[in-house]
Amino acid sequence: MIEAINLNKSFGNKQVLKNFSFKFEKGKPNLIIGESGTGKSVLLKSMVGLLELDSGEVLYSGRDFLKMNFKEKKLIRKEIGMLFQGGALFDSMTIEENVVFPLSLFTDKSAEEKRERANSCLQRVNLENVNKLYPSEISGGMKKRVAIARAISMEPEYLFCDEPNSGLDPKTSILIDELINDLTYELNITTIVITHDMNSVLEIGDHIAFLYKGEKCWEGNKQEILHTDNKELNDFVYATKFLRNFKDKLK
Amino acid sequence: MKIFYHIGRYFILLSRVFSKPEKSIIYRNRFFEEVNSLGIGSLGIVAIISVFMGAVITIQAAFGFESPWIPLYAVGLATRDSIVLEFSPAIVSLILAGKVGSSIAGEIGTMRVTEQIDAMEIMGVNSAAYLILPKILAFMFILPFLIIISMFLAMIGGLVFGVLTGAVTPHQFLYGIQYDFRPYNVFYALVKVVVFAFIITSVSSYHGYYTKGGALEVGRSSTKAVVYSSIVLLFFDLLLTQLLLA
Ligand SMILES: Nc1ncnc2c1ncn2[C@@H]1O[C@H](COP(=O)(O)OP(=O)(O)OP(=O)(O)O)[C@@H](O)[C@H]1O
Ligand SMILES: [Mg+2]
Repeated sequence: MIEAINLNKSFGNKQVLKNFSFKFEKGKPNLIIGESGTGKSVLLKSMVGLLELDSGEVLYSGRDFLKMNFKEKKLIRKEIGMLFQGGALFDSMTIEENVVFPLSLFTDKSAEEKRERANSCLQRVNLENVNKLYPSEISGGMKKRVAIARAISMEPEYLFCDEPNSGLDPKTSILIDELINDLTYELNITTIVITHDMNSVLEIGDHIAFLYKGEKCWEGNKQEILHTDNKELNDFVYATKFLRNFKDKLK
Repeated sequence: MKIFYHIGRYFILLSRVFSKPEKSIIYRNRFFEEVNSLGIGSLGIVAIISVFMGAVITIQAAFGFESPWIPLYAVGLATRDSIVLEFSPAIVSLILAGKVGSSIAGEIGTMRVTEQIDAMEIMGVNSAAYLILPKILAFMFILPFLIIISMFLAMIGGLVFGVLTGAVTPHQFLYGIQYDFRPYNVFYALVKVVVFAFIITSVSSYHGYYTKGGALEVGRSSTKAVVYSSIVLLFFDLLLTQLLLA
């Protein structure tokens, strides 16, 4: 479980996060949704320490991340797997080397064991026969999957995903969502997924925070989200005319 | 005042670069990769520049020395001294600052803007040490060899073109090259070169590592890397010459 308490973050005089608090629960995907530019990526990066928060507490199973010294932070980071918005695969390395990379640095596994682990992670995300290719040689959807494989190779306790399905067709998106969902339940980890895709929300949204202009202005699950009377959230959920008409008809 | 900000941040980065590595075997492999890409990869350009540089210096020296009072072997001697003292160590390093510096800043800058560096940090890797330390050490190790090769090729270039253009005879040139040879000068050149290698790699890495934005800024970082490493290099050239030769 990760608890975020009163997070504030500004760039210059522009406040991006305003008193954000949320409990990210263990064993299920926690979604953060919101329009582009509301501060979702900033929230994620602040929670893992890539950006410095102005104030607030981030508790990883009760341990306050921001109060830790450099060494303790490093230990926590080994429990974190992260999927970046752009994939962030190392493009000078092959797919296999990408997945093996954290294992080589932080475990004493033999080359054979590392390869096995990498293969099992790649198989888990349904990728085969790509081990020797470079990131530039595979498709966007495959890159996301490699990034997931890399993120889970160290058996993380916490998995952060920044828009795992942006730029993918609806079918592949759902596959990625399901993958993240299944992994979360399978490994019993705390997963945080950023998305602005309503399909994902309805598919895996067991616990959702809606971020609006840096503030959390709603939380709930996928059943509740369709019937909320929060105006901003309604605008977000029923973004198209088609959906608005559809909703009116249902009423 | 911005300059103090950069100098401060540069030294903070260096302190991270030289902190204890996670696993030394990985760093050893990275070191040899970099020796290969920074060093062996620069061999071609070093060879071409050196041969032409040597030829031009020889022809110019011969042109300047067309006087009955100066013995003809002086051409060889002048060529040797210019090459050993300044042309090979400083000019070749400057050109490599362009080649190596822009490639380092481009590579690290791209990794920064595509979040590859963040990805490393999240894994708990000291990205500064992992990316930069092998480059610095590899270039400090390999550049002296490149420069020795450069000196050698420059003198060959001088000999061949000097003889072909009729500026000197082989005998005079070879005699001049060996006349009053001081090994200390080569030592001085190599000391300079090790310092230059450190400057080129660390300054370029600095500019790459702190790139912000996108592809446009990566280009800017590369340019800055070349400009600043060249300026710092020339400044240290002056300083070391004063310290070691005066
Ligand atoms: N390093 C930074 N410096 C200054 N401002 C920043 C920085 N990073 C983000 N911002 C600002 O913070 C705001 C939130 O950005 P963020 O990347 O978190 O949006 P997002 O919700 O992830 O959007 P998207 O869905 O498009 O990824 C934006 O207005 C952006 O301009
Ligand atoms: Mg984002």
